[in-house]
Amino acid sequence: MGKRIAKEVSIAIADAVAQCKVDVIAAYPITPQTHIVEHLAELVNNGELDAEYIPVESEHAAMSACIGASAAGARTFTSTAAQGLLLMYENLFIASALRLPIVMVIANRAVSAPISIWNDHSDVMSMRDAGWIHTFAENGQEAVDLIYHAYRVAEKTLLPVAVNIDGFTLSHVVEPVELMDQELVDKFVPPLKMKYKLDPKKPISIGAIGLPEIYTEAKKAQDEALKASYRTIMASWREFEKLTGRRYQPVETYQMEDAEVALMIMGSLAETAMNAINRLRKKGKKVGLLRFRLWRPFPHRDFIRAIGKVKALAVVDRAVSHCSTGGPVGIEVRSSLYQSNKRPKVVNFIAGLSGRDVTVDDFEEMLERTYEAISKRPKVPYEIYGVKE
Amino acid sequence: MPKHEGLVSWKKLLPGMYLDTPGNSREFKTGDWRAYRPVLDKEKCIKCGMCYIFCPDLCYTKDEEGYYQVDLYYCKGCGICAANCPKGAITMVLEEA
Amino acid sequence: MREELKRFKGFTLKNVPEYEGFAPGHRACQGCGTVLPLRLALKALGPNTIAVSATGCMEIISSPFPYTSWNVPWIHVAFENAASVASGIEAAIKALRRKGKIRGKKKINIVVFAGDGATFDIGLQFLSGALERGHDFVYICLDNEAYMNTGVQRSAATPYGAHTTTSPAGKKIKGQVTWKKNLMGIVVAHNIPYAATASPAFPTDLMNKVKKAALVNGPAFIHVFSPCPTGWGCKPEDSIKVAKLAVETRVFPLYEVIDGKYIINRKVDKPKPVEEYLKLQRRFRHLTPEQISYIQERVNQEYEKLLRLAECFGE
Repeated sequence: MGKRIAKEVSIAIADAVAQCKVDVIAAYPITPQTHIVEHLAELVNNGELDAEYIPVESEHAAMSACIGASAAGARTFTSTAAQGLLLMYENLFIASALRLPIVMVIANRAVSAPISIWNDHSDVMSMRDAGWIHTFAENGQEAVDLIYHAYRVAEKTLLPVAVNIDGFTLSHVVEPVELMDQELVDKFVPPLKMKYKLDPKKPISIGAIGLPEIYTEAKKAQDEALKASYRTIMASWREFEKLTGRRYQPVETYQMEDAEVALMIMGSLAETAMNAINRLRKKGKKVGLLRFRLWRPFPHRDFIRAIGKVKALAVVDRAVSHCSTGGPVGIEVRSSLYQSNKRPKVVNFIAGLSGRDVTVDDFEEMLERTYEAISKRPKVPYEIYGVKE
Repeated sequence: MPKHEGLVSWKKLLPGMYLDTPGNSREFKTGDWRAYRPVLDKEKCIKCGMCYIFCPDLCYTKDEEGYYQVDLYYCKGCGICAANCPKGAITMVLEEA
Repeated sequence: MREELKRFKGFTLKNVPEYEGFAPGHRACQGCGTVLPLRLALKALGPNTIAVSATGCMEIISSPFPYTSWNVPWIHVAFENAASVASGIEAAIKALRRKGKIRGKKKINIVVFAGDGATFDIGLQFLSGALERGHDFVYICLDNEAYMNTGVQRSAATPYGAHTTTSPAGKKIKGQVTWKKNLMGIVVAHNIPYAATASPAFPTDLMNKVKKAALVNGPAFIHVFSPCPTGWGCKPEDSIKVAKLAVETRVFPLYEVIDGKYIINRKVDKPKPVEEYLKLQRRFRHLTPEQISYIQERVNQEYEKLLRLAECFGE
């Protein structure tokens, strides 16, 4: 069992990446991910991490270099946020379609304009269709554990994995974190062996043209691979529990057993929301909390099971999908519900944009309003919460 | 309206649609593109190999006698070989209809 | 002289390597003067090579699923980022080799094939980054002076006066209004060990330059003049002739810059008039006498500049 040490989460993440014996790091700095790539540079230059550190000249170059390195059979890492993620956008689709096991940490940050360095989920929500596996961390321990998990899953499924942490509110806080023992890491994340890679001894061609006669089949194959990755994700979490005792689920529930009204949120604000649940429970209200740990592949069955018999569900989005039928998560939740027999009323709040604080009081108020929704359907598909009129 | 059908089952594709058959474009015939065909006059040929070097379609191979023979399966009839033969030993001849 | 180049033995017309890194059956146009230098470069590099292509003619003609013309491992990612992809591959090979995961000591050549659009325009940042970081790879720009694959639109490499679909020879404005971007100048400013210009009309010169580029430790850049009969409006059989005239009229001089020293490979003391080169291509047929004389003057000026550079920064 490792020791719990207080560490800045970015530093802990970099340490976990180093423990995974990454081969190539392509790094471009952007707030709030800078501490991750800085610490990795330190580790490399001090000889503590044997890896090639490519200080690329843009995020697009970062993902391009990761694609090249991964195709050549190396374990890769990069990290970005907001504008950087949007800049590498075309490569995100390419990385997953070319089935490359890249691991990326996204320090979720609001997307311009207006330019902002503070935390929300608008960056990651823009890449829902890109075919990546996505997990969300709420605290430092989860962030670190999801890194180990990411490498194992990426390399077994040959799909890229993004670990999402809230910029500043998670990346820059100091938390008690326990890194896995190196021998356990080596067991959980074995050396990368790729059957098909760029190797003069066995030449392959990667990136051929997808004519109309084959593109559909290629996309179907990719879709099935992402679907099938669910099993590997679950099996890896089970294996992780055996090694560390820490258990991860695709949809984490809190006090959902007898809940009539539930709140759904992703990322570190979930811990604040838990306090609101506790308060309301003391007042006798049967409320519960749901968090998506796994965002892609969308855990439809786990979600439908987790909502139990709630009469109303508040989905708290951290990003706007302008003039759609909800925030990004709201849209997907409603779509998932529609494909089941359950019909709780759904209220969609968009809160915490660009680092605006969402307090326990705010969550309480949202839950009270959700109670009202049981009898009276909300007039709007989504509401930007807390805006000053 | 002809229905577009997939070339191969999605299950048979390699992950990422990789191709592990290097150089298999060799199976594809480009020889039916041409209107003119190169014809070699062995008397004039000095076996310098410029036709072999300059052919963009890799049509020339050396035979046992050292003359370079054109592979009509690929030859697109561009005429670069004829234009660059130092001895004018290659002539472009119109293909019969 | 560089340590790596001391071992260099040049190719001649009598000992052209037999190896072919590219297969026939590709879909290039008849007389394509761009696929020829690609084929020759792969010949010079040999089988221990990983090739990266930018989106463009050469990538399209060589990889129509399920066919591939590449006999070497090959990857195509996107339009502008071939240099970054190559950087990643180079770093991967370095790291894996150091960790003992790649057996054998033979150098694996990493080569990028990118067009002028991908290099002069959209990929300039990526090229600059890769050169500055000093990765050990060869970047070959196959310059056919326009975005040929998408239908002959102008690029920064399109020469002054040339007709392209986005710089057409109209009634008011006749063709491309700016002079070709000086990419070699930009590349040389990065202080890389090896940079050179090459032409398929001089095949052994081209192959030798590619070989030298692969031998040096560090980034190498080769600017290859690549005639496109389809886009330039010349006859397919004239590809090599046009490439030769470009050199003989000083439009595209052949030179190397090795560790900052300029070496002119082919001095053109008695140049042919540029008109001989221009008149073979329909993309120049609209040129007025003023435009032609401007081109002639400017070509001579640029050549003079090159001579001065060779004087000041020569052997």
